[in-house]
Amino acid sequence: MSESLQELLNRLAPLIVDGSPHAQALGLALDGLGPARATMRAPYREDLIGDPETKVMHGGVVTALLDHACGVAAFSGLGAKETPATLDLRIDYMRPAEPGKDIIAEAECIRAHGLIAFVRATAHDGDESDPVATASAAFMVTRPSQQAAERVKRAIETGELS
Amino acid sequence: MSEALIETLLKAPYVAKFGIYFERKGDELTGVLPYGEHLVGNPLVPALHGGAVGAFMEVVASGALLASQRLVRLPKPIDVAVDYLRPARPIDVYARAVIGRSGARVANVRVEAWQGRREAPVATLHGHFLIKQQPVDA
Repeated sequence: MSESLQELLNRLAPLIVDGSPHAQALGLALDGLGPARATMRAPYREDLIGDPETKVMHGGVVTALLDHACGVAAFSGLGAKETPATLDLRIDYMRPAEPGKDIIAEAECIRAHGLIAFVRATAHDGDESDPVATASAAFMVTRPSQQAAERVKRAIETGELS
Repeated sequence: MSEALIETLLKAPYVAKFGIYFERKGDELTGVLPYGEHLVGNPLVPALHGGAVGAFMEVVASGALLASQRLVRLPKPIDVAVDYLRPARPIDVYARAVIGRSGARVANVRVEAWQGRREAPVATLHGHFLIKQQPVDA
């Protein structure tokens, strides 16, 4: 029996944050991972404040959270083989996130074909109908991402990667 | 120029955490994002995180707006569109902004980020920012 996509995703889930130093630095967390979709969270942290007057987290945290969640949804949408690179990411900042609240990003890969994936995402701080930001992104499996996947495959085969 | 606000921008915990700084020549400003392992998005390529590069370009856009005029608060992003042109390698990133138009309340800004060669940008940003001008008579 070959492994189902969901089983593969479950196995890879711990790497979504742990495999990315920047995601770790921001304290991102994976809340949900399914075929062509991902939910990620940026816990509120004082060391990530962008405007000391309002105590609102920096827009860059929302940018990184959305980029990461969209990338994971694209990765899943493309069959969870190679990690695709972001081609473009467009973000609309609807309102500032509330200080003290976590930001949650829900990303869905609406189309994946061949090497390309299109993703839509919403970021909110508790109420999905009142978004902090929305995003639209395109991803592609590039030559460097294919080479990286090859290296991982070889390392697993030769037992160099435990 | 809004010197005090440029200080506020650079001292904000997020910006200070990643060590972003500006090199200034009059109203011209170049942002520097010093390389650190915590910026890496995908260690297998290896490439810097798209979110880190995008956020850095947002900071440079704000810095350029503050360096060019007297504002009373930090610019707030309305929307940004980031194009990723090349994998950002694990070295420093630089960025410079061009202000397309800066009106009374909204500014249109383009940013280009590069590493080794200025002519080979790794990413570009195009965005709109909400600004608040200091009253002329103040």
